[in-house]
Amino acid sequence: MSRIFISGYGAVSPAGWGLPAMRDAIAKGSLPQARALCRPGTEKPLDVRQVPSPNPRPAFLSHPRLRRASSISQYALGAALEACATSPGALDQKCLGVIVCIFSGCVHYSRPFYDETLKDPSTASPLLFPETVFNSPASHISAYLGSTAINYTLIGDSGTFLQALALAAAWLDEKKVTDCLVVGTEEVDWLTPEATRLFDRTIIPSEGAGAIVLSTTPTQVELKQITDEFLYSAEGKATALTRMKEALGPFDQRALLLDSTSGSKGIFQEEDHLWSSWPNRRVSPKQILGEGLMAGAAWECVLAADELKNSEAAEAIVSVAGFHQHAIGARFAKVF
Amino acid sequence: MLFPAPTCKESRRVVVTGVGIITAYGTGWEANAEGFRWGRSAFRPVTIFGTTRQRVKTAAEVEFTNPFPQTRLTSREVSRFERAGRLLFYAADEALRQSAWHSSPGTPVILGTTSGGMASGEEFYRAAIQSPPILRKQATRVTHYLSQRQAMNLCAAYDLTGPINIIANACAAGANAVGHGFEMVRSGRTERALVGGYDALSQLVFAGFDSLQALSPTTCRPFDVNRDGLALGEGAAVLALETLSSAQERGAQILGEVAGYGASTDCHHLTQPHPQGEAALKSMRLACDSAGVKPEQVTYVNDHGTGTPMNDSSEAAAINTLAGDCVSQIHVSSTKAGIGHLLGAAGAVESVVCLMALKEQWLPPMMTTLHPDPAVKFALVQKPAKAKELSRPFEFALSNSFGFGGANASLLFRRWS
Repeated sequence: MSRIFISGYGAVSPAGWGLPAMRDAIAKGSLPQARALCRPGTEKPLDVRQVPSPNPRPAFLSHPRLRRASSISQYALGAALEACATSPGALDQKCLGVIVCIFSGCVHYSRPFYDETLKDPSTASPLLFPETVFNSPASHISAYLGSTAINYTLIGDSGTFLQALALAAAWLDEKKVTDCLVVGTEEVDWLTPEATRLFDRTIIPSEGAGAIVLSTTPTQVELKQITDEFLYSAEGKATALTRMKEALGPFDQRALLLDSTSGSKGIFQEEDHLWSSWPNRRVSPKQILGEGLMAGAAWECVLAADELKNSEAAEAIVSVAGFHQHAIGARFAKVF
Repeated sequence: MLFPAPTCKESRRVVVTGVGIITAYGTGWEANAEGFRWGRSAFRPVTIFGTTRQRVKTAAEVEFTNPFPQTRLTSREVSRFERAGRLLFYAADEALRQSAWHSSPGTPVILGTTSGGMASGEEFYRAAIQSPPILRKQATRVTHYLSQRQAMNLCAAYDLTGPINIIANACAAGANAVGHGFEMVRSGRTERALVGGYDALSQLVFAGFDSLQALSPTTCRPFDVNRDGLALGEGAAVLALETLSSAQERGAQILGEVAGYGASTDCHHLTQPHPQGEAALKSMRLACDSAGVKPEQVTYVNDHGTGTPMNDSSEAAAINTLAGDCVSQIHVSSTKAGIGHLLGAAGAVESVVCLMALKEQWLPPMMTTLHPDPAVKFALVQKPAKAKELSRPFEFALSNSFGFGGANASLLFRRWS
């Protein structure tokens, strides 16, 4: 199989638009307070971390496809354009594969659309409905970039982002595409914390996107491995995580670990325990940025690539423990 | 390991050894083959949600007449299934029984859907906006809303270990799932793949299409000059794919061959196809190229054919261009005329229609198309037809699925004889 390299990456997060904002937030280890979202039917607000409004407003948001698009599409394209900007050729050709990964999807428009439907379906807005469809962000990205090549939207637990990287590698190996953009993106609405708090009340949902461009052209960062998907339904979460760790090992002495915990209790307990004896540097982006679901897994990979490019780390391990589906890991390496 | 994945230098032939299907025609191959062969209409008033305030009040709704498949899941677990999950299980059970895959560790489960467990999501929302909010069963509702839940249930029920891939490419999702599984088996990344698509009728999606005035207030008439929209349906289809050598080694019944797959993106508009069907043409050409088949070898196209003015004119232009001088020899129909548009299930169900037609050598008609659009240069199948009545052998069938957002997919099937 061909060697696969990361030729570009970008991020939109509660820290702001662009990777530098996210990098700074991770380095400082703190973000401003979470925002309280009002929820109908109760006075108790729900905490989330939202992406701040961009300042200045990026030109791409004036594109006809993006003007009325839901935030999730705007975040996805923001991260994608940053990733493509550093990837030679990705913006210039019509054979860029696009894979967008989503966990909860386009809730900003689907909730009001369904609300309108319940009140009176004959007046439900036709402007909202198309943006509720899962693949609208992926469609907007391909349209904006002008690529008619294959385009998938994958749904699943957050490790689906790593599965998408493997799929992109397969497309590149089969020469189906010349470069492949993989995006993980989410947006939050009061429905998101309403749902997550049923499983763990400590979770603060967040939103944004992370994007990676894969290519067969050598760069400073190489994708080395993506493990199998270890389903919780087969043997339980703890065993799935252990098998994922075993599949990733042995580890380089200087390896950096990026994990998907946003705490050490509740649903994050098993993953936190799994890596508790990690001897080297360990970064948990979601502890700072919030539970970004699919965007969270994308942030892990973006930060892994960025660290390998800009620090002395020779190898980065990405651990993703999904909410309820699976554990998957990845390994990236610096190219010397 | 997902990456680097095993591959083989030479492409392997991919065959179908199991098929399961459930639509408004019924459950299983026989009931559906009978419906498709005669082009029966399966539309009736919607009963699962209110349509009083909708423009359109009918759809091709499934009646669950057969007992639910017996699996490892407990009756309590099954009781939590929403409609889409039930549809998926009927189809998967039939496909797995037919394939006789007794043990399949590492077999990918690749499914296409547009809305997964939307009915559960709707219930969750209705409970959440009560004052005070209803919390009981909300955790179950939210997990069963997620599309991966249905695939995880399938894995648990049939001892499948995944990986799981859920493709949500709107109305092309089912075809993408079949195509993705085909490519995985052909390239050597896996020996087998369980693929398919499923979608249930839901209030949100029904209201969405109605709000766009995309639903026909009369009758779904693909390629008719008087066509005025699509009709919705629901269902599921699952296919067991494996290498030809694997199927032959274990003496499995081969139902047909997946010969080619093409996918492309139409950048023209979020909800409207390019008027000349450029991306549709690209996906059909890619499917033919990947199979090493010339368009003139294709006898039948199960087209996307929704019955909307724009889809059908765009697709007609693309098929006319693809076939060129041979266009009059290509037979085309849309089975959506009988069972409606199954959204994420459409591509998988229509794959099964192609396999049925190739195996039993008939062409599925669309009985509602009475006055063909002058843009159509190909032969529309407007009445039941046997392949032996055609001027050439019926060896290849092409299936088109085009979705919102410009997701286009085409699959090419070869008769197994």
